Amino acid sequence: MDSILSVKDLNLWYGDHQALRSINVEIPANEITALIGPSGCGKSTFLKTLNRMNDLVPGVRITGEVNFQKRNIYDPAVDVTGLRRRIGMVFQKANPFPMSIYDNVAYGPRTYGVRSRAKLDEIVEKSLQAAAIWEEVKDRLKASALGLSGGQQQRLCIARALAVEPEVLLMDESTSALDPISTSKIEDLAVELKSKYTVVMVTHNMQQAARVSDKTAFFLLGEMVEFGGTEQMFSAPTDKRTEDYITGRFG
Amino acid sequence: MEKLSPRRRAYDRTMHVLLWLAGGVTCALLVFMIGYIFFRGVPNLTWPLLSGQTSYLKDTIGILPNIVNTLYIILVAMVIVLPIGVGAAIYLTEYATSHKLVSVIEFATESLAGIPSIIYGLVGMLIFVQFMNLQNGILAGGLTLVIMILPTIVRTTQESLKTVPQSYREGALALGSGKWHMVRTVVLPGAVDGIVTGCILAVGRIVGESAALLYTAGFGLVLNDFVSALHSSSATLTVALYIYANERGETAVAFAIATILMLMTLVINLAAVFAGRRLKKQ
Repeated sequence: MDSILSVKDLNLWYGDHQALRSINVEIPANEITALIGPSGCGKSTFLKTLNRMNDLVPGVRITGEVNFQKRNIYDPAVDVTGLRRRIGMVFQKANPFPMSIYDNVAYGPRTYGVRSRAKLDEIVEKSLQAAAIWEEVKDRLKASALGLSGGQQQRLCIARALAVEPEVLLMDESTSALDPISTSKIEDLAVELKSKYTVVMVTHNMQQAARVSDKTAFFLLGEMVEFGGTEQMFSAPTDKRTEDYITGRFG
Repeated sequence: MEKLSPRRRAYDRTMHVLLWLAGGVTCALLVFMIGYIFFRGVPNLTWPLLSGQTSYLKDTIGILPNIVNTLYIILVAMVIVLPIGVGAAIYLTEYATSHKLVSVIEFATESLAGIPSIIYGLVGMLIFVQFMNLQNGILAGGLTLVIMILPTIVRTTQESLKTVPQSYREGALALGSGKWHMVRTVVLPGAVDGIVTGCILAVGRIVGESAALLYTAGFGLVLNDFVSALHSSSATLTVALYIYANERGETAVAFAIATILMLMTLVINLAAVFAGRRLKKQ
């Protein structure tokens, strides 16, 4: 198996509280990995360690390794901005900037110095198409992104993340605030994206994990209890706790 | 339903009338002030006064130098205070990691904002005019104003930076934007309306300031060129008002200046409201 992210003995503390306990996992490339578990189990925290967004939290302390293509991203020599360019993120709540749709998508490329109008036009169109929103917005690229519906905003955020051509896309409960139709659009999108990208998604929705993901990781109280093929995990979990959670005994 | 007892009703009525009176007196005082100043001032707003200089030899009175001085000192103070104040606010809200330090600085800036301006004048005189030997003039006056309005600029900028949603910052950082790039492209544009409003109000404060300038900008009534004005005693409109009313007994001139000051304040406040609305819309 070809793994793109390899996590070794990862521990994380918020102050005195240990939020992640010796996590070891190999996340395969070009597949969708779902992180499930009850609230506060550490799945979002884990997701944010993968592109070092946890650096923004005051008082956070991390031990262990997260190797992205064989390189530990917590090595002090790592360029965090470059890392985040390669590992993109879509948040729980859509967070388009208060700019036009076009400028939102062009934000990342511009950050990396793309100035040519033609090049930007091309990137914007390609990214919006990849995020399955081009048809809906192509006639109003100059309109404010804040005028879009919630589902459209979220797909715009995906387009914005794709515009910098990341290798991994992290999705932090990216459909939890959306209606069922928008949710299914984004699920379909995630499945399409995995041919080019690796997707890691946190979800509260068991069905979503079962429908969409290839691998599933179950978190409980900061531990990764079980990791494996989604089908296998949902039909025959090896750990009792996983079974209890999946069958709805707690959560 | 039970009827209101006559006592309760009388009580209610009385309170209503008293509150109406309080509001009425406030309005009346305001209207009287403005009306009186315009009544006394407008007839004296003559072209020779506005465009001329005061000269004992020619026996003329003109306030052109004071108008120029006021505008010049606004320019000098704002050019210096903006980068420092906005920079400090950005540091405090976006970069500083020690919450203790931030709250100490915030408390200090708030306390500074409450100090009577004559004290700024005193400190400005000792430091800029005497210790740094800048002489009375636009520079010493402008620097004193910088110290005086710095807290206002820092606080309004900070407040407006805090209204920018955290999710914008996260979004930009997650795209691999560097910190300063994120601040420049996402945070500042979202806060610019508050910053502009804060600046306009600071300008208003400068226009109305006299105490801090008496000992620092000076009493000079002569028009200087822009270089020498920095180090030559230069009275702003408010200081000139004080001079004409108090030392020369020219009440008519004082009222003319008062009228100009009121008009300037009006324009500045309208600009603040307008700028705030317009930038918010974008």
